[in-house]
Amino acid sequence: MRHTLAVLVENQPGVLSHVSGLFSRRGYNIESLVVSETEDHTVSRITLVVEGDEQVIEQVTKQLNKQVEVIKVNDITNEEIVERQLLLLKVSADPADRQEIMQIVDIFRCRIVDIGRRSLVVEATGDEKKIQAIIKSLRPFGIQELVCTGSVAMLRGQK
Amino acid sequence: MDGAEFLVKFLENKGVEHIFGYPGGSVIYLYDVMDRSPLKHILTRHEQGAVHAADGYARATGKMGVCIATSGPGATNLVTGLTNAYLDSVPLLAITGQVDCASIGSDSFQEADIIGITMPITKHNYLVKDIEDLPAVMEEAWHVAQTGRPGPVLIDIPKDLFKAEFDFTSLPKQIITRKTPRKNSLEEQLEKVINLLKEAKEPLILAGGGVISAKASAELKEFVNYTNIPVVTTLMGKGSISEEDAGIIGMVGMHGKPTANLALSSCDLLLAIGTRFSDRITGNPKEFLLGSTKIHVDIDPAELCKNIEADVPVVCDAKKFLRKVIDKLQEKKIKLDLGPWLTTISHWQEKYPLCYEAGPGLKPQQVIQEVSRKAGEEAIVVTDVGQHQMFTAQYYPIKSARKFLSSGGLGTMGFGLPAALGAALGNPEADVLLFTGDGSFQMNIQELATLALNNLPVKVFILNNECLGMVRQWQELFFEERYAQTLLNGNPDFVRLAEVYGIKGLRIVNPGELQTKVEEALQHRGPVIVECAVDPRENVFPIVPPGGKPNEMLGRWQGETHISRIS
Repeated sequence: MRHTLAVLVENQPGVLSHVSGLFSRRGYNIESLVVSETEDHTVSRITLVVEGDEQVIEQVTKQLNKQVEVIKVNDITNEEIVERQLLLLKVSADPADRQEIMQIVDIFRCRIVDIGRRSLVVEATGDEKKIQAIIKSLRPFGIQELVCTGSVAMLRGQK
Repeated sequence: MDGAEFLVKFLENKGVEHIFGYPGGSVIYLYDVMDRSPLKHILTRHEQGAVHAADGYARATGKMGVCIATSGPGATNLVTGLTNAYLDSVPLLAITGQVDCASIGSDSFQEADIIGITMPITKHNYLVKDIEDLPAVMEEAWHVAQTGRPGPVLIDIPKDLFKAEFDFTSLPKQIITRKTPRKNSLEEQLEKVINLLKEAKEPLILAGGGVISAKASAELKEFVNYTNIPVVTTLMGKGSISEEDAGIIGMVGMHGKPTANLALSSCDLLLAIGTRFSDRITGNPKEFLLGSTKIHVDIDPAELCKNIEADVPVVCDAKKFLRKVIDKLQEKKIKLDLGPWLTTISHWQEKYPLCYEAGPGLKPQQVIQEVSRKAGEEAIVVTDVGQHQMFTAQYYPIKSARKFLSSGGLGTMGFGLPAALGAALGNPEADVLLFTGDGSFQMNIQELATLALNNLPVKVFILNNECLGMVRQWQELFFEERYAQTLLNGNPDFVRLAEVYGIKGLRIVNPGELQTKVEEALQHRGPVIVECAVDPRENVFPIVPPGGKPNEMLGRWQGETHISRIS
């Protein structure tokens, strides 16, 4: 099962290699990893998506907690969260196809951020499912280039 | 004050007396400053010797071991020793010089990315890039190495920072890691533990190195006296409780005592304290003790349910755990009735004693037994790695903590000699006995110079079987007697070698001269090397074949002349 972990770490050089090195040497699989500074500039937040059964995730969490620079590990998989990825996709767009592509872009509420003679660059944000659906819908036109960030996630506020 | 002066003062203030190391280009100035301080620097002959010596010092004293190496090759020579300390949870501070800040990353002379290299083999490591950070890094490193589950910490300091002037008094008070201290889970599990103990008919304690790290020997003894629960230990747990006390069965594992392994396989409740269930104990972890309930106590939460699924995992320091459980048992006046279980165990002990066949030639077990009879209780026993290590673990009963030092997790040949000299420096009053093999001894043989120069009273017994005995044994048992590259032809004459270094050398060839030569060695003040020409065909038994269950031992049983599986 996929788990999303929100890991608060000291914002120091070397932290990322300590964390990513841990994964390679213990044989855990990272699906994605995003790191950025938080509202407190001394703290960074790593959002990790990891694949594994309960036992693997428990070990991952414990091993992360052992790292000196790790302040807190939160498994937010089963929490109410907002999760987003950012996708940039360059799709082949002959004049005959343009209309259809633009309709798809509209339906998914994405944006076209660049227009070339034979291609369009589409920008989309959404959770994993939405991003995959967009890619699937545009694939028949010919994807020339694709880049996507890993997930960032945040707990929803109290209702 | 400059960086080097600060560092030296820091170590002095922390009560460091001995530092092991080897100078080089990037640490010249640090050595220059240190030489004018009260710190006593022990110059080994190789950086690997320095780190193992610091390790032996820490194991024997319980204090921090400190070592220094220069950048590049000096630092990379620490790698094996750091891994060794990491796997056995030894508190160690390794200080390495680095090329100056401006040259980092340019592949300059004697530059190596020691932070990258040692990341997986240290508890934590630091590259100091700003002189202002040095005090906080040192303070945190000192704290991290000794707190919780101990381990080695490396601090890499660029050359120019040693000379950098800074007003260290201007810094605010250092903050040590903002981590929230981990909750121990004893309170919530205590009731379960007590109930399981109360119900158990055939309980067993498995004591690991964590009992020694936590200084919990007295509590363990009190717990055993109160409950009568029999004890087996891991290799690292040897000495956590006197092996001569009643109810202490001895070491379990691949070469454990037959009764210890049988008890482990049969118990209905296993109370494992400060151990990580290494594969040398469990064999195939999926089939390990499926029928028994397991309480696993460790200070490192990551060890719980890592190798073996525990029914009751408890995050707690061994000392606190035992104290709390004893108090609770006494408060509730719970007494255990283990009569039939203890009878079964003593029946096994009679039926399957640890034994070897006496032969016309000298047996390694014989040498160890003779030394153990003659040496005092306060002697510190150090081993290298291989057959002699297992023979020592089997045949040398240890009575208290920190008196048996051995490379457990990593199995580092060459650990023995430097570790023994580190232990001797930390305990000037104690005799230090090193049991080594002709293979292991030659892996850090250069440290004979350090031993001789410092005139340390280490008695080295080389159990010379002219081969790499443990591997040879596996070849005999599991590789149809094909002895690929395990026969050590061309060994030096170890007695003459000792004399070349100015060390007393003795040789024992016949069992008849064992007693007098051992006495002569033990009575000599200063170092001695005793070469013992032992039977090269001797094997370590019992042996649990790799991946087997603890009770599937091979050995000689009840006077049989052939090797068979225990029935």
